[in-house]
Amino acid sequence: MTGNESVNKFLLEAKNITKKFGEFTANDQVSIGLVAGEIHALLGENGAGKSTLVKMMYGALQPTSGDLYWNGEKVVVNNPAAARKLGVGMVFQHFSLFESLSVIENISLAIAEEADLALLAEKISRVSREYGLPLEPHAIVADLSVGERQRIEIVRCLLQEPKLLIMDEPTAVLTPQEADQLFVTLRKLAGEGVAILYISHRLEEVRQLCHDATILRMGKVVDNVDPQEETAQSLAQLMVGTAIHKIESVSDKQFGKILLRTRSLSLESDMQFGVDLMDINLEVKAGEVLAIAGIAGNGQGELFDALSGEMRVSKPDIIELNGVACGTRGIRFRRNCEAAFAPEERLGHGAVPSFRLSENVVLTRHNSDKNLVNFGFMDHKLVRAIADRVAKKRDVRTSKADPEASSLSGGNLQKFIVGRELDRKPKVLIVNQPTWGVDAGAAAMIRQALINCAARGAAVLVISQDLDEIFEVADSIAVISRGQLSDIYTANEMTYEKVGLLMAGAHEKPTKHVGNLQDNMAGRT
Amino acid sequence: MKITLEKRAMASNFMTYASPIIAIGLTVVIGGIIFLLAGYNPLNALYYYFVDPVMSLWSIEEVVVKATPLVLIGAGLAICFSANIWNIGAEGQLTMGALAGAFIPVMFTDWQSPIGLVLMLLMGVGGGAAWAAIAAFLKNRFNVNEILTSLMLVYVAQYILDWFVRGPWRDPKGFNFPKSVDFEGWQLLPTYGDGRMHIGAIIAVIVVVILAIMMSRSMKGFEIKAIGNSRRAGAFAGFSYKSMTWFCFLLSGALAGLAGIIEVAGPAGHLQPTISPGYGFTAIIVAFLGRLNPIGVLMAGVLLAISYLGGDGAQMELGVSAKTAQVFQGMLLFLILACDTLIRYKIKFSVSQKSTEGALV
Repeated sequence: MTGNESVNKFLLEAKNITKKFGEFTANDQVSIGLVAGEIHALLGENGAGKSTLVKMMYGALQPTSGDLYWNGEKVVVNNPAAARKLGVGMVFQHFSLFESLSVIENISLAIAEEADLALLAEKISRVSREYGLPLEPHAIVADLSVGERQRIEIVRCLLQEPKLLIMDEPTAVLTPQEADQLFVTLRKLAGEGVAILYISHRLEEVRQLCHDATILRMGKVVDNVDPQEETAQSLAQLMVGTAIHKIESVSDKQFGKILLRTRSLSLESDMQFGVDLMDINLEVKAGEVLAIAGIAGNGQGELFDALSGEMRVSKPDIIELNGVACGTRGIRFRRNCEAAFAPEERLGHGAVPSFRLSENVVLTRHNSDKNLVNFGFMDHKLVRAIADRVAKKRDVRTSKADPEASSLSGGNLQKFIVGRELDRKPKVLIVNQPTWGVDAGAAAMIRQALINCAARGAAVLVISQDLDEIFEVADSIAVISRGQLSDIYTANEMTYEKVGLLMAGAHEKPTKHVGNLQDNMAGRT
Repeated sequence: MKITLEKRAMASNFMTYASPIIAIGLTVVIGGIIFLLAGYNPLNALYYYFVDPVMSLWSIEEVVVKATPLVLIGAGLAICFSANIWNIGAEGQLTMGALAGAFIPVMFTDWQSPIGLVLMLLMGVGGGAAWAAIAAFLKNRFNVNEILTSLMLVYVAQYILDWFVRGPWRDPKGFNFPKSVDFEGWQLLPTYGDGRMHIGAIIAVIVVVILAIMMSRSMKGFEIKAIGNSRRAGAFAGFSYKSMTWFCFLLSGALAGLAGIIEVAGPAGHLQPTISPGYGFTAIIVAFLGRLNPIGVLMAGVLLAISYLGGDGAQMELGVSAKTAQVFQGMLLFLILACDTLIRYKIKFSVSQKSTEGALV
């Protein structure tokens, strides 16, 4: 009834949306307009309020104040079903698929109206052909790669012929080649008049793909720009608000002796959907940063656990840290070999959420640091001094003295965890996804710290799925896929394309698994 | 309408400690309502339950006697639960501790020596720990849920005790009653005051102090809390979950066994088919009411002891069954868990999802 003022320029318009969670304001007077046929980027750091905003568009959350307009008319989107009815489709970052069901069964579960599976299979084939999303309707989801699973979600959305498609960090789990493929699909959809809201923090791809970009910082819209007229650097600055530390690497490197070595490391995972490690051989020398790339869920967690000693292998000399064969020894022994570890999961693995920072210092250093524990009692003063020293050195911002780990933001906690280990001056440092979910400012600091650690003479192993990060920090690069490690290449002989092919499994030896990804890669060219 | 629990952003620190007080208050109010519905004067009834037991020296001594096993067991369970390990079978460990400790007075009836008493206590500790070890072994070796095994072993232990006092250990001069010989002299704990209050209370306080220091300052306490809060982070620290399972079961089993032998070498003075009015189970309430903190357990133990005594008092004065004490205890556990849940979560009512459409307004 209020459609008169705003001419139907926008398909969906959010006006002055505010969303509060208790005291915390996640979205503050946010306004954004999406135009049919345009790909609109929503940029912002973690915690800037991107997800909150799109959840309100998709009906999963209700705004505290402010309104949504669909084709100029005010709407209340009570729930996702209502959003779908309007014509809003969303592809989430984390897929909600049943692993043991087939593609078609998964899709039919989402689309209640379609009872006839044969008809649905036909529709799926048609849509996937039309938009270049190869999909075998009868394949079982558990056998599919992450990229293929994402296609199921996209096809599921497209079957409902959405007018607006929301994509939440779609390329986070894709190889560069798979991402390119996705862009083709999105451009085609936009060409047909679909509005696309594209959430990402990968600035290069936003510049390539999007027509318009809205930037959120701390819940507020800070700017609305044409990404094609910006540089990645200027976009990053808008997101963060300040200039970002430029990574400096040491020139003219000299590597020392081998400090980290595995000899045909194989390990069966004890998790239900875990990945078995197969015949992994690697060497990292003093002063060297070896980065291991790979899409999430290809054995990175298992490799980290095997190196840290949380999972043990059958023979001591399979893993050598600082010259000591310790494959059968636990994590305490390995820390005493001057190795340090920082896992992917910060809360609940790298730190106990309800423990104070000082207590979390004790967590990993009670055995390797002398004097920290005397006759079974810990030295609270010393522990506190270490926590304060780490917090100061790594610029860990806290709201009070010695807070609980769970009260820190992801970036601050990660700075603390990495700092806690670096403070030991380790000879071997192994980190898994060091900047996953961390804001750009903190990420730059952590990467610089890793480089400096190697420059001081440590062997550093970085496991990461962020290719930008890998090329920033690495002296040598290897890729892990389905538990197998590629050969190790020096950083300057590697390119994004080469890494992408390895991520897709180009180096894999034949195994019992079905090589879906390779087939698809071949089929596309 | 759908009711869901939503996690609160921050659990209030103050409320964590206020929770047991609120739960006690609610228990009293609801208890009063129950008495009212049953036709009793609620104020009168509540007086006999909670006030009368502390109004005379005799009954205060009796409160101490009853609090002793509750505090001993509750303190051990508090450690267990802090590590997220669930020993529910303290009642069985208490029974086996009593049985093992009674070996000395039953088999060496004439042996009178302080050494004998110390040995009795040690055997009680050993008996409780050994019984708890069964559940720990099954969990570590076969990954059997310890809640089930420890609970089921309670009944096994009670039948073993029953067989002993009716069979081989029956007092030959006991007129065929199912009881063992009466313990005498150095087979009993030294007593104070009127003669029921015994040295066990001092042992319980010492145990509480040691455990409180362990939990607040020692590396072991740190390890327990780390594993209890996050098993994965505990493993990352190099703490073994299996060793922790052994530690917690042996410790809480030992303390339950100690409580068992103290009970038979103290107030009871002999073995009989029933040696505890459910101390091992009530201690679970004591552990939670005491916020899993040994000092808190000391206070909670006293409170629950009062409720036992109040049950007896109310039976005598008002003619209600002494079992109403268990109603109070059950309500208290229920309410404290409810309070804890509401401190961490809030209830959210949401209207049914189906009827609403994406309607244009």
